[in-house]
Amino acid sequence: MSIVLAVLVAWLFAVGTYLVLQRALTRIVLGLGLMSHGAILLLVAVGGRAGRPPLVGKGDDGAGIAAPLPQAFALTAIVIGFGMTAFLLALAYKSWVGTSDDEVQDDVEDLLSGLGGSDDGSDDEPWVEFEAEDHPDVSKRAKP
Amino acid sequence: MITLLVIHLVIGAVAAAVARRLQSKVFWVTMLAPLATLAWVASVASDVYDGSPVIADHEWVAGLGLDLRFVVDEFALLMLGIVSGVGVLVMIYASQYFDDEDGLGRFAALLTVFAGAMTGLVSADSLLLIFVFWELTSITSYGLIGFKDRKSAARNAALQALFITGAGGLALLAGLIMLRISTGSDTLSGLADTTVAGSVASWAAVLILVGCFTKSAQVPFHGWLPGAMSAPTPVSAYLHSATMVKAGIFLVARLSPHLNELAPWRPMTLIFGLATMVWGGYRAIRQTDLKLLLAYGTVSQLGMMMAVFGAGTPKLLFAGTALLAAHAIFKASLFMVVGIIDHSTHTREISELSGLRKAMPVVMVASVVGGASMAGVIGLAGFLAKEAALVGLIDAGLAGFGLATAVFVAASALTGAYTLRFLWGAFTDAEGVETPIHKPVALFVFPAAVLMIPTILYGIADDWATHIVGPAAAALDEKAEVYHLALWPGFNTAFILSMLAVAGGIVLFAVKAPIEAAQAKLARRVDAADIFHGGLRRFLAGAARFVAVVQPGSLPIYLAVILLAVVTIPFFTIVGDVSLPVDRVLAESPLQAVVVALTMVAAALLALSERRFASVLLLGGVGLGSASLFVIQGAPDLALTQLLIETVSIAIYVFVLRHLPSRFKAPVVSGANVLRVLVAGAVGIVVFLLTVTVVADRTAEPVDAQLTALSYPEADGANIVNVTLVDFRGFDTVGEALVLVVAALGVVALVRSNNGSVPRPTDGRRRWRNRPGSKPTLPPLVLGRPSVVLDTILNAVFHIVMVFAIYLHFAGHNSPGGGFIAGLVAGSALVLRVITGRESLRSRLPIPNAYILGVGIVLVTGTALTSLVLGNALLEHHTWTLDIPVLGTAKTTSALPFDTGIFMLVVGVISTLIEALVGEPDAEANDVADRNEVTV
Repeated sequence: MSIVLAVLVAWLFAVGTYLVLQRALTRIVLGLGLMSHGAILLLVAVGGRAGRPPLVGKGDDGAGIAAPLPQAFALTAIVIGFGMTAFLLALAYKSWVGTSDDEVQDDVEDLLSGLGGSDDGSDDEPWVEFEAEDHPDVSKRAKP
Repeated sequence: MITLLVIHLVIGAVAAAVARRLQSKVFWVTMLAPLATLAWVASVASDVYDGSPVIADHEWVAGLGLDLRFVVDEFALLMLGIVSGVGVLVMIYASQYFDDEDGLGRFAALLTVFAGAMTGLVSADSLLLIFVFWELTSITSYGLIGFKDRKSAARNAALQALFITGAGGLALLAGLIMLRISTGSDTLSGLADTTVAGSVASWAAVLILVGCFTKSAQVPFHGWLPGAMSAPTPVSAYLHSATMVKAGIFLVARLSPHLNELAPWRPMTLIFGLATMVWGGYRAIRQTDLKLLLAYGTVSQLGMMMAVFGAGTPKLLFAGTALLAAHAIFKASLFMVVGIIDHSTHTREISELSGLRKAMPVVMVASVVGGASMAGVIGLAGFLAKEAALVGLIDAGLAGFGLATAVFVAASALTGAYTLRFLWGAFTDAEGVETPIHKPVALFVFPAAVLMIPTILYGIADDWATHIVGPAAAALDEKAEVYHLALWPGFNTAFILSMLAVAGGIVLFAVKAPIEAAQAKLARRVDAADIFHGGLRRFLAGAARFVAVVQPGSLPIYLAVILLAVVTIPFFTIVGDVSLPVDRVLAESPLQAVVVALTMVAAALLALSERRFASVLLLGGVGLGSASLFVIQGAPDLALTQLLIETVSIAIYVFVLRHLPSRFKAPVVSGANVLRVLVAGAVGIVVFLLTVTVVADRTAEPVDAQLTALSYPEADGANIVNVTLVDFRGFDTVGEALVLVVAALGVVALVRSNNGSVPRPTDGRRRWRNRPGSKPTLPPLVLGRPSVVLDTILNAVFHIVMVFAIYLHFAGHNSPGGGFIAGLVAGSALVLRVITGRESLRSRLPIPNAYILGVGIVLVTGTALTSLVLGNALLEHHTWTLDIPVLGTAKTTSALPFDTGIFMLVVGVISTLIEALVGEPDAEANDVADRNEVTV
């Protein structure tokens, strides 16, 4: 394999990560785009050395061709990456239409639940203690 | 066996259905379930006692070695007898106990299901099956304790029971799995053939014991059992004295012969068992509520059985079996008595009960017999069993058992004391109280009274009792066969100690006033329920704080955590083992190095860019770089696909981003940015190490050689990549194509769903359109302004491109090309068409998108399924050779319609996307603009 290719793969992942951690949805989509480029190149890079195209007709023993299977995988990955990009862009558009903003805001529900705004068991309902003298409804099963 | 379990389920379901009509008579229906078990027990009893256990083996998940295996030996049969016998009586009792009220259906169904679960639990042989039934009893118990679901006491008690027994259940599961790992046996019966030793087995034993302790209410997990007394009395009599709480004891009894040599086993069972025995007795002698008194008494007795079975010598196993049977009988009877008293007087307080002696003499006799058995009075079941236990403890000859015997006797004295307190409290007259009593009907008293018979018989006919208990104990350990229950053991040490305990009980009861006073001071300090609920409250508060830390609601933080986790785990695997591949080169060619450098620069600029369109173009640059690298690598199909995808992608980006401002909003904050760079760096480094190491550590032979060898001869295609896509791995392609369709439909749905959850923007929010200085970033593409030049060129090129696409499609099997690439070429022609913007896409395309997509899907899946229908493998390849006059011979394969399907799908997807992103948003914008114009 080619070391510079591995360097490029790592670089694309690093820059992609940096972009994905931003707040603008467009940047996140771009970052994912970079990462999928990196992933596809990774598939190809780990396939082995370069070679002639994997076109092997009659009477050809296929010596010296580039590994075909990673290419098939990569091709699938490219196409699916495209589908994902389109979908994310539609989301970004939707976010823009909805909030005139493509920034990802902090999730208010998450924040609230973290701050104890929701039920954390600290309400004042007393846990009963099972001592008969204190709790007539334990000791006396009132029946009609 | 399975039939019996199904009967329980069916009867439970029927009971739930008919309860509304039958009301409390529904228990006559549910009684049939334990009655069926009892009949079955009776029918197989002679066989089982002749030494041929009933074995039912059903395969379940064969691959994992999970079987449904039931073995009913003498011990299981005894347990089944208790479960079903007490079950029948409890059902009769319940039919009298309940008045007509709501929720009886649920109650009856749960009680029946519980009976089934208990039946399964005691007869299961597979360890995992035991766990399943174990949990089922916990869950049904939860529902039964919480029957009075309007009362917070009942709900809390149910929850506490579920928490404690549920947590114990998890420990049990872990323990059983570890036991399986260390012994290789996944059945109880299989354990006999294995050697159980080692630290894994020891930890397994600890975890299993924790599970058993929670279930059988051992200190410090006992708090739920007194709480569970808020359940209706039939539940207390059945689950919380006779059966469910015995599950832990049962499992300890089953495992003890195999595990008692493990270091933690005997100390744990002995210490916790005796502590439970003493603590339960201590708490019992100060209760004023008859039911709670019995509950603590049960805790105490369970501790006794835990200690006795845990020691696991043959003699003690024998004694434990005797105790188990005796306890189930008298305790169920006593609980029923409490229920009768409660029902007839509406109170269970000792200080409020008077005149019961005269009003219910039969009940009193039943109580006295049961109580005497509990206290160990000579001549009754409890005496025989306790006597055997004492003999076993004295003769155990194990370290610490001398002390254990002393504690046992002391705790037995407590038993005597609380038994007297119970009988005295219930049947002597409280001072100055006239309790209104309505006499219980005979059928209500019958179940409690009938349990006197085995208690007395058991005590008098010691040979007969031995015949039942002996073989059951021998089923646990063959050596237990030789022992006998003896009505009159003679004046040996055990007998003297036994009498000492009874005498001690009388003394303790006699001097109760000072003891009560001392207890009243101490008791408030420690209460298991308090500890549990305090702990629960602190746990929930801690959980809230924990959530605040791990769930701050910020997407970048979530993503950073995920990414760091993703790279950390492989990092520790790789770090010791970084190796470089053998066939490495710095670069394939100088050109590759240059392209890599340019691509890296493009990516870096992309990260720094503050303009949206520049970013998109830079991403396109990275894509082009990748495509060039594919060419260098020798992957023309990839290069073509990448180029085309890049073209279409940029178009899609532009279609969307023209609605958004040209610049990114916030300038990057520096502090957070350092973190981002650090995370990015970590990801980059690990990915690099991974990339090189993955290649160097390859162990399997690549399949590429096979693909190469098979491609032409088998699939009639020279282009191995295309053959792989449409033939070798065609099923992947089907999935991939469908993913693409789903994504495109998702885009359509998103763009059109303006009336859904995302609120339609108000005109105020959309004012950016009219605000000076913040125009939409691009002039509308499709709206007017056709470019004559572009249009002319397009008219010339469009058809050529289309024909080229069709050529690529057919050529693909042998040369670079194929359905995907052809589809993308045709798709980019469509994109071009949109960009010129003369006419809308819809009016130009002869067929609606839905049809293109539909036909594509039908072709793809149809081809795949056709070969299946013809009896071949999915997507198996077929070749046709056609002799066409004049033109010559044409050869084609079944991959062609498949690839055509892919072609159509891709075209359909792209045109769908265009229509969604260009047609709809602009139409809407125009709407808004039009409306604005009207209003302005």
